[in-house]
Amino acid sequence: MNTSLKKYFPIFVLPTLLAFILAFILPFVIGVGLSFTEFTTVENASFNGVQNYIRAFTTDTDFLRSLGFTAAFTIVSVVTVNVFAFMLSLALTRSIRGTNLFRSVFFMPNLIGGIVLGYIWNLLINGVLSAFGVDITFKTEYGFWGLVILTNWQLIGYMMVIYIAGLQNIPTSLLEAASIDGASSFKTLMKIKIPMVMPSITICTFLTLTNSFKMFDQNLALTAGAPEKTTEMLALNIYNTFYGRVGWQGVGQAKAVVFFVIVAIIAFFQLRLTGSREVEH
Amino acid sequence: MKNLKKALSLIFALSLALTVFSGCNRSSGEESVGKVRYLNFKPESADIYKEIAKEYEKETGVKVIVETAANNAYESTLAAKMATDEAPTLFQINGPKGYANWKDYCADLSDTKLYEHLTDKSLAVEVDGKVFGIPYVVEGYGIIYNEALTDKYFALPNKAVDFDSMDDVNSFAELKAVVEDMQKNREALGIDGVFAATSLKTGEDWRWQTHLANLPLYYEFEKNKVDLTSDKTGEIGFDYADNFKNIFDLYINNSTVDRKTLGTKTVVDSMAEFALEKCVMVQNGNWAWSQISDVSGNKVKAENLEFLPIYIGADGEEKQGLCIGTENFYAINSKASEEDQKAAEDFIYWLYSSSTGKKFVTEDLGFIAPFDTFNDNEEPQDPLAQEVLDWMDEDGIKTVPWNFTIFPSQTFKEGFGSSLLKYAQGTKEWSAVKSDMVDSWKKESQSSTK
Repeated sequence: MNTSLKKYFPIFVLPTLLAFILAFILPFVIGVGLSFTEFTTVENASFNGVQNYIRAFTTDTDFLRSLGFTAAFTIVSVVTVNVFAFMLSLALTRSIRGTNLFRSVFFMPNLIGGIVLGYIWNLLINGVLSAFGVDITFKTEYGFWGLVILTNWQLIGYMMVIYIAGLQNIPTSLLEAASIDGASSFKTLMKIKIPMVMPSITICTFLTLTNSFKMFDQNLALTAGAPEKTTEMLALNIYNTFYGRVGWQGVGQAKAVVFFVIVAIIAFFQLRLTGSREVEH
Repeated sequence: MKNLKKALSLIFALSLALTVFSGCNRSSGEESVGKVRYLNFKPESADIYKEIAKEYEKETGVKVIVETAANNAYESTLAAKMATDEAPTLFQINGPKGYANWKDYCADLSDTKLYEHLTDKSLAVEVDGKVFGIPYVVEGYGIIYNEALTDKYFALPNKAVDFDSMDDVNSFAELKAVVEDMQKNREALGIDGVFAATSLKTGEDWRWQTHLANLPLYYEFEKNKVDLTSDKTGEIGFDYADNFKNIFDLYINNSTVDRKTLGTKTVVDSMAEFALEKCVMVQNGNWAWSQISDVSGNKVKAENLEFLPIYIGADGEEKQGLCIGTENFYAINSKASEEDQKAAEDFIYWLYSSSTGKKFVTEDLGFIAPFDTFNDNEEPQDPLAQEVLDWMDEDGIKTVPWNFTIFPSQTFKEGFGSSLLKYAQGTKEWSAVKSDMVDSWKKESQSSTK
């Protein structure tokens, strides 16, 4: 076994490994390296220590404000998306007529690209707000809730599909036993369904968390940061840093590294937290 | 046997890897004539440049490869391409700020033939006696108005002003009187408002945070006799802030739409309103002609298009002309091979001096070229470019240069734009707009790292 592994390693693994190194490891290492330099293109970088990291936090408070906004947005969307998606999946695993049609319809928004979604919702929200003589650029709150609605609309269908798969995997014997024991439907939900779909919850919270935290296109198309950058999320802030000032590419890169570290830490803890509650079948 | 298999598998794997690598092989660099690789800034002219490249290769045998960056993506495209083996040899910078960013890549162009023929040498990007950017097109902006509609207004029996044509308007006070009375009579004129919507959506606000802001700063620099190449520009007072407010108020209060809805308006919206005769005036430049004529159902006739300088109520503005300058400078990649640099030089000289090249420039690209190789009859024919040329030739008129090329950063412009939006919406005081602008200018001037 071991010898054949060694023997065939070059044929089966090496090409993929090379591709992985070239397309993933290398750009990542270069990217982190560039965050310690001043550069216009990747070729003419000159080392300047942690200067970029200092600039990212001290020149203005935009980065921290974006971080705060993004965090608030992420918390709200993770909760709303998962609650609504789970409720929908509960509804659509009962045998109602047209279940399949509903499932497809709810899933559809996820197939539309972020920029298009952003523009559509920009029109819709402005259409509603114009009745009050304002638009989405008037207040930070409008942009915030606009983004939450948009994210919900886009992600609920996707998460619903995952929850449905989880719910369908619950052995009917468990549910039957519960109903024979006289458990109320609420009790069944709390004691059987939720513990049994814990793996789905892990996946769904992970996906919504990272998707919300890294959101870019929807943010760009819906508010583009208006009013006065107060609805600018982290990814958009990083993008704007690159070309916002002469010679600030390195600072943008430094922010991107900080961003990566934050996302990695949060995702790690979330996976441990929800993962520890999973039960073995 | 075992070793053979091992060797075979290794070869197999390596050949696989090589096919991956071969894509990035260096292209054979043995040609001694060199070739041109141009990164074009204007997506709308991409096909014309391809034609030009074909023609140039036919005439001289030198290959010109034209690549075009998508709208608003020139800097990022350039940054990506510069690091490759297929880096552009000819590209463009947008003025002193663009030069600061790309100085490692800009060759000295002071000895080039094209620079020799530049009519106004002060237009070039020059640092320490060396020339790094040659302007290749001159553009002008002001208030575009539709003479058919203004004539209709001046023929009204109940008009409240005593001028008879727009030619009599040469100051802010007069402009204001005409505009406000026109706005009152908008139903009689069949328009929604005098000015097209002041587009203040993020990314669509450059006509105000850059172009309109140029005027108060021009007067401020003139008054204080600031040398624009010195570091005296690191701080400003925005002394003409009230003048800016005057004209900005005039725009947003006498418009087709309510000033509170401006956060959703785009430049295309404004130009469409103008083309459909829903408004009389719009602030824009000569590049806007295609935007007007391409609107389906366009009602504006070419001969009715006129330019009016943007009057802001400064002293001596009767003599003020349009804002004329450029943001488009050729730069040659100093890291390219000698032959390629020479090829790029020859190509741009050919484009702006040979009869074939000049025909492309004036007729197809529609450029007003700032070189003495062009005769008076070699001018673009579109109505707005003609107007710009007329204003340039007008006696005693002082053209306003494009000083916004020294605005400290994109962040500054965007910040000022969003400030203006909040002012229009009524959620920010003018005094705060002014002080934020002054603070941001200072901070952004200091935060540039080059």
